Amino acid sequence: MNSVRCFGVAKEIVGDQRLKMEIEGLSISEFKTLIQQKFPEFATIKGYMVAVNQVYALDSQVLSNNDEVAIIPPVSGG
Amino acid sequence: MNIEVLLSKEKLSIDRCYSSVVDEACGGICLFVGTVRNQNKGKLVTYLDFESYEPMALKEMKKIAEKGIHKMGANHISIYHRTGYVGISDIAVIIAVSSIHRKIAFEVCQYCIDQLKETVPIWKKEFLEDGSYWVGARP
Repeated sequence: MNSVRCFGVAKEIVGDQRLKMEIEGLSISEFKTLIQQKFPEFATIKGYMVAVNQVYALDSQVLSNNDEVAIIPPVSGG
Repeated sequence: MNIEVLLSKEKLSIDRCYSSVVDEACGGICLFVGTVRNQNKGKLVTYLDFESYEPMALKEMKKIAEKGIHKMGANHISIYHRTGYVGISDIAVIIAVSSIHRKIAFEVCQYCIDQLKETVPIWKKEFLEDGSYWVGARP
């Protein structure tokens, strides 16, 4: 079981800063599809990236439960 | 070649940021200071709240500074960003770049702030008189 970190608008959609879910073996694309099924409101935001171990991940990357995974909605620093 | 990156809940110091890039060999220092506006798209803003994914934000800030030095030719770069509650006219971000001649300092400073807005995991929630929203999150 992984504890996915959620920030900004993602934290509001999920309702928590951590989302417990099984991610072992999922690609980033599959992970995003699953997230969208659990929380259809993600379709209403401008998109989001997924970071794995504090680095932006490509859609083809495969997740393991030991990874530090984060949902990164559009950033707005500065 | 010094790089300093900082996320801080406390007020940011222009003096400290400036001093961190001073170098006898450099003839130019470019500072960018981003402050909080009192309005956005015709609505009055009362304050901002910045959230960050701190360890990753610091790494991304460092990557930007590394490119500014190793690929673009700056000598020293410091990037400071505020987190948490930030009031109107307060400083949200400071970027200081020193280089031997001014041209590179200007270019790298612009690159750093543009890139920070694209890749660094920091989020701004804008509080208006009649509500609040995460900036840039929705179409």
